[in-house]
Amino acid sequence: MTDSGKPRVLVVDDEAPVRRLLRTALGPHGYQVIEAATAEEALATAATSRPDLILLDLGLPDADGTEVIRRIREWTQIPIIVLSVRGQEEDKVAALDAGADDYVTKPFSMGELLARMRVAQRHVVSSTDEPVFRTGNLEVDLAHRRVTVGGKEVQLTPTEYAILRTLVRYAGRVLTHRQILREVWGPGYEGDTHLLRVNISNLRRKLEPDSTRPRYIITEPGVGYRLRVEQ
Amino acid sequence: MERERPSPEALLSLAEVEGHRRGRLTIFLGYAPGVGKTYAMLEAALERLREGLDVVAAYVDTHGRPETEALLSGLPTLPRRKVRYRDLVLEELDLDTLLRRRPRLALIDELAHTNAPGSRHAKRYQDVEEVLDAGIDVYTTLNIQHLESLVDVVAQITGIRVRETVPDRILEEADDVKLVDLPPEELLRRLAEGKVYVPDLAQEAMRRFFRLGNLVALRELALRITAQRVDRQMRRYMASRAIAGPWPAAERLLVCVGTGPLKEQLVRAGYRLASALDADWHVVFVETPEHATLPLEEREGIARALRLAQQLGARVETLRGESPPQEILRYARTHNITKILAGASHRPWWQRLLRGSLVDWLLHNAGAIEVYVISAPVPKVEPTTRPMMLRAPVDIRSYLASLWLVGLVTLISALLHRFVDPTNLTMLYLLAVVVAALRWGRGPAVLTAVAGVAAFDFFFVPPRLTFAVSDVQYLLTFAGFLAVGLVISALASRARDQAEAARQREAHTATLYALSRELASHWELPRILDAVLRHVAATFGGRAVILLPAEGRLEPHGPEDLPLEDVERAAAEWAFSHRSVCGRGTDHLPDARGLYVPLQTAQAVRGVLGVRVDDPARLLLPPQRQLLEAIATLAAIAIERAQLAEEARRAELLREVEKLQRALLDSVSHELRTPLVSITATLTSLTEGDVRLDEPTRRELLLAARLEAERLNRLVSNLLDMTRLEAGALRLRWQPVDVEDLVGTALAELSAALDGRRVEVRIPAELPLARGDPVLLARALANVVDNALKYSPQDAPVEILARTANGWVEVEVADAGPGIPPEALPHIFEAFYRATGSRGGVGLGLAIAKGIVEAHGGRIRAENRPEGGLRVLLTLPRWEPDGASAFHDGLREAARLGR
Repeated sequence: MTDSGKPRVLVVDDEAPVRRLLRTALGPHGYQVIEAATAEEALATAATSRPDLILLDLGLPDADGTEVIRRIREWTQIPIIVLSVRGQEEDKVAALDAGADDYVTKPFSMGELLARMRVAQRHVVSSTDEPVFRTGNLEVDLAHRRVTVGGKEVQLTPTEYAILRTLVRYAGRVLTHRQILREVWGPGYEGDTHLLRVNISNLRRKLEPDSTRPRYIITEPGVGYRLRVEQ
Repeated sequence: MERERPSPEALLSLAEVEGHRRGRLTIFLGYAPGVGKTYAMLEAALERLREGLDVVAAYVDTHGRPETEALLSGLPTLPRRKVRYRDLVLEELDLDTLLRRRPRLALIDELAHTNAPGSRHAKRYQDVEEVLDAGIDVYTTLNIQHLESLVDVVAQITGIRVRETVPDRILEEADDVKLVDLPPEELLRRLAEGKVYVPDLAQEAMRRFFRLGNLVALRELALRITAQRVDRQMRRYMASRAIAGPWPAAERLLVCVGTGPLKEQLVRAGYRLASALDADWHVVFVETPEHATLPLEEREGIARALRLAQQLGARVETLRGESPPQEILRYARTHNITKILAGASHRPWWQRLLRGSLVDWLLHNAGAIEVYVISAPVPKVEPTTRPMMLRAPVDIRSYLASLWLVGLVTLISALLHRFVDPTNLTMLYLLAVVVAALRWGRGPAVLTAVAGVAAFDFFFVPPRLTFAVSDVQYLLTFAGFLAVGLVISALASRARDQAEAARQREAHTATLYALSRELASHWELPRILDAVLRHVAATFGGRAVILLPAEGRLEPHGPEDLPLEDVERAAAEWAFSHRSVCGRGTDHLPDARGLYVPLQTAQAVRGVLGVRVDDPARLLLPPQRQLLEAIATLAAIAIERAQLAEEARRAELLREVEKLQRALLDSVSHELRTPLVSITATLTSLTEGDVRLDEPTRRELLLAARLEAERLNRLVSNLLDMTRLEAGALRLRWQPVDVEDLVGTALAELSAALDGRRVEVRIPAELPLARGDPVLLARALANVVDNALKYSPQDAPVEILARTANGWVEVEVADAGPGIPPEALPHIFEAFYRATGSRGGVGLGLAIAKGIVEAHGGRIRAENRPEGGLRVLLTLPRWEPDGASAFHDGLREAARLGR
């Protein structure tokens, strides 16, 4: 955080129009924008000007985006949000597994981007765990391991609860299959995505009003799941 | 001399001569080896070189003469082609290098040379012709005795029969003939001094050749031929300028080639006569029904003579008929022939007496046409091998059978002779002769006649059981019986031969008919080729191949095991490029094992048909060649038809594709521009607007622009997906797929389009997981649902159902729209297809869905619902439950029970 109190965002994209757009659009929301057009420039700027958040385009001309994330993660945990296009699901997963906090698919709405940025920052800012998590009708009491929907308690299996707890801890953020599997089942289960699917399906049946149009547990196709945070 | 306008024919023939865009041929003509032809040629060539012409000595033999070698060293020389033949290495003219080098003038020695086996042409003069055709001038040398038409004359003078010959037309068509002369005495002196090259092998023969008498005669011959040539040039010159000449109206000579030893000699004599008279000349051969029964050698001899005639420039015709004299006379009358040349009959006197002779008949009936007869008995230069009979070899059984027949008749006669006068018993024997003639042919019939006479004499003529004859009048009976028997056998066997010939012709016709009928029923090239190859192989008893041009070379189509050696390929290519028959039994590449016939139509040469007869000794005879050429014509027409049809089909296809592409471009550009219209309009009205817009209007405009931007994004994604699908660049990340999740993702993607619409989803809880790429499958499903939303009424719900079907997971998307006309159903998954009454879009959505589902090994299909509307069914593979899956199936079960 700088003296001015404005959070600083490093925008890394080789397309000047995108950088210009973000500079213009983020300014009114209280962000100060620093720009970089290449991976090299991004690494240098990240180290010298210490931004509070990085928006990183995966399609940089001079280096693989995942590599950039890995290099940054060597020395800092500043939130990184990846900008990517459709059809790059594997790259997104790789970026997330390498330490990126979230991703936004181009073309994106500014509202969506700002929400992701807020979530990513909050994750770092509020380190104290809220004992009770609420979104919509869903209430998760982490201290008492109680889950209610519209005031009615829901019985969950230990695995289902473990998944829900993981999603709540990173609420609003995307979690890859691998991340959830490792968190819930432990190392060695990262490939067993069908375990996850079945449990998510069961969770939805228990929590969602309409499990085909989920309100809380959102599927990020090809990437993972996200617990939506309703404002 | 008065000047007249030249006749069109004269102009035409002159134009033909001048119209040749080929190289000029200069022949240095001598009367014997050693007169200095090569020397003269080199001197002339050096003169050209000094004038600045590009001269190359392509093949010159100096035979080690120092002065000739000195001349040659002043000229650029082409390396020779080395040919290995048995133990020898022969040196030949390197034709291909010469053609590549393309000098202005090439020196090629020894025009009459016979090329080593395996060369492209059998004779060097054919090489020279190809060089001339390529537009290169040629200097060459020739000795007079090698001239085709003079072979007989030279043989009479020198007693040596020359084998290396050059057709006379080469000399005639030469642009320049330079006579290289040397008095015979001088030549003999040079010979004595060892200045004339004499090959070691033939020294004895050469010594006989180099005799003063011979040389004088040959020299005269050379001078006369050159003088004749000059004379003809003079006439041609005068004709072209319409100078009326003293020459008589054109003579037309007809040469009748028949069987017998005179064939080729007749042709040469005809040529000389025609040249001397400056006459048109025709050579005819009358093919009678007996022709098929002639010995093989005889028939090949006829074919050779006719080929020779063609080479010498005659118009050659093969006539068909029963009676050669009548056919010849009819031809002569219709072609205004003024002179007929025929060979004296070679048959024994008694046959001539029996059948008459051609010459006698012509002499009596020719009327105003003059008849020339040549009868020179030709000394046999080489012993001919015994003629092979084409007919089945003599079957001893038929002779035994005829003897048996005579025995039977004798037995019957023994029973009858008490009641019948012995003379009348001969009738029974004659009956036996007739039977034998009809059943077994001439030989057995003659045997029957002779044995019959003997048996009759022995058993029935007193004194019986002896061959003695008491009554002289029986001798008359014998003579009569024998004569009648022989005549009957001759007539009967001829009837058989005619029937045989007719059968053969009929077989040919039947072959052609069968082939043409089969070809007419095929339109595809491979089946046409197959039919032709089958017919040719069956008809000629060998293997056949068809070569069709493809990418600049000939591609063989035929039996896999038929190897095509270089010679064969060269022969086929020659036949193709020169549009004439080539290979075995012809003058071009006779070393090839196959005979190659161009497949020629009026438009073009479509390929080459090759036949390789199994029996290596057998050549194709003229009637068979004709049949083969007829088959080739049929095949060429069929191939051309198939190729044209294919071309037409391709052109049609191209037109269709172009039409489609145009429609597609129109549609895509329309779809891309429409969203841009509202986006641009919104943005401009916000930035340039003079009037301040109120807040609700601003919002409305911006919302519209946002929706259009999303639409544009979807369209671009679809185009990219389609491109990826079509490029095969789609990579599947196989994962277990929860159908409920899939539906949820698809619906989330369509949130804008779903605004206010009802979607009913019914998925059984126990539905197994599908197997596939969740991202791609969600996109496929979204496209199908999007389509359903587009076509169903605003208030009607779209239903999404899922079930298992035969071990697959089936997802159904049903709408309550108007459905699709049945004829359009098969097409709705085609890219850029838009059914009548379709609403917006470029028609990519369903095509992408199909591409994705099929990439998963699944199926997609559409059908109209009985209650109205369309349903699309996506069938997806199931996630195979291995150990872990079984475990989570248990989990799922537990969860269901716990609810």
